[in-house]
Amino acid sequence: MPDSFVHSHASHCESGVMSSLLRHHGLPMSEAMAFGLASALSFAYLPFIRINGLPLVSYRMPPRAIIKGLERSLGLDMRFETFRSPPAGMERLDALLDAGKLVGLQTSVFWLPYFPPDLRFHFNAHNLLVYGRELDDYLISDPVAEAPVRCAREDLRRARFAKGMLAPKGLLYFLTRPPAPPDWVRLGRRALARTARIMLAPLPLVGVHGMKLLARQIERLPLADGGERARLYIGNIVRMQEEIGTGGGGFRFLYASFLQELAAKTGYAALDGLASRLVEIGDRWREFALAAARMIRGRDALSPPALAERLRALAADEKLFFQSLHRAQRAWAR
Amino acid sequence: MRERDVPQEGNATLAGHRKAVYATADDGKLRLVPSRGWEVEEIVTRQAVEDLERHAAQARARALSGESSPLEYHMYRARMDVELLSQVTGLWRWRVRRHLKPAGFARLPPALKLRYAEALGISSEALDRVD
Repeated sequence: MPDSFVHSHASHCESGVMSSLLRHHGLPMSEAMAFGLASALSFAYLPFIRINGLPLVSYRMPPRAIIKGLERSLGLDMRFETFRSPPAGMERLDALLDAGKLVGLQTSVFWLPYFPPDLRFHFNAHNLLVYGRELDDYLISDPVAEAPVRCAREDLRRARFAKGMLAPKGLLYFLTRPPAPPDWVRLGRRALARTARIMLAPLPLVGVHGMKLLARQIERLPLADGGERARLYIGNIVRMQEEIGTGGGGFRFLYASFLQELAAKTGYAALDGLASRLVEIGDRWREFALAAARMIRGRDALSPPALAERLRALAADEKLFFQSLHRAQRAWAR
Repeated sequence: MRERDVPQEGNATLAGHRKAVYATADDGKLRLVPSRGWEVEEIVTRQAVEDLERHAAQARARALSGESSPLEYHMYRARMDVELLSQVTGLWRWRVRRHLKPAGFARLPPALKLRYAEALGISSEALDRVD
């Protein structure tokens, strides 16, 4: 077992796993820093990906973007392995653990017995760390859990080899060499540029334009069936925004924390002001979620146009915000 | 969101767990704060779970009255739909749909039945029953 492994609670699984992994190997890295440096903040409305008949709405980049993004930008030496046969995948995990490695895994959420039953959906891109094993149990540091947990071998096998969309195929990963201390200014500048570019991209489904398109879809929701479908539709948006692993406000608070930390680390004070602005935008997202939830429960009259209006206002706020972020990034002295 | 405004509403959906959210402390710095939940999350999570449970209950009634096979009930109970069950088993969607009917289910060879049972995490015998 890797000695002195320290579990830490995080709001998002992928940034939590990467920050714990890097810290364990001697590089100080907060969850927010891992999230921000990987340019993980985003918005996307993907109507062609349907989950239980509802379109995918995401407030971050696709799964594995944080792992791959940090691998590239920090120049990490990482190994990734997938397996065709579950027994081979379990044996390899055992061998790595016995050699004292800290191993990251991609798993399904549904088959992990320690998850609260109401949160066990078929989502296959969850990430966790395994830091040891005892008899038939694996010792797991799941970033979204407050404390380390245990998982029986058979359950973990199922979770690692779940099939369907984003099937993990037993994916495991680990660092092969300790990371080198990075140049925070250079990485920060690049990360900010990427996020501003994505959020302002002239594409219909992502960033600010994606929010506007989603607002239009909400406005057009049919109410003829008594609003049943409309309620499920807006409930799904809020679930993606506030449920497991966002840290609230669709990752906006998490990213604001990254901006603050980057400001402190590099001395570029302009980022502090931007962080405060983003916290306010995050609060607006929470208000949007609250308004939607009240309509779902019937405390307020169901009014898709009112929600669409809030979403448009958010799109306008975020457009201004990311334009400022872009300017601040360009003004940042090399 | 200020640290003191972080909701601690004891969501049933978190089953006693706390989730990490980021909030502004009094010194103006954002930090990670454990939350016992926010009613808004509970509402939307329960809504999604109840939708799945309603499908399972309806499928159960249909299976008991002989309108559909037990497979349909077990599919919804495992929080899947035809699309997902087809991906997980590697069977075409039209074949899955056929097996949701009692006649199609009755003709299932043991090997296929085992494939379904494995995908749903239950035993082959349990697949025949509606509990």
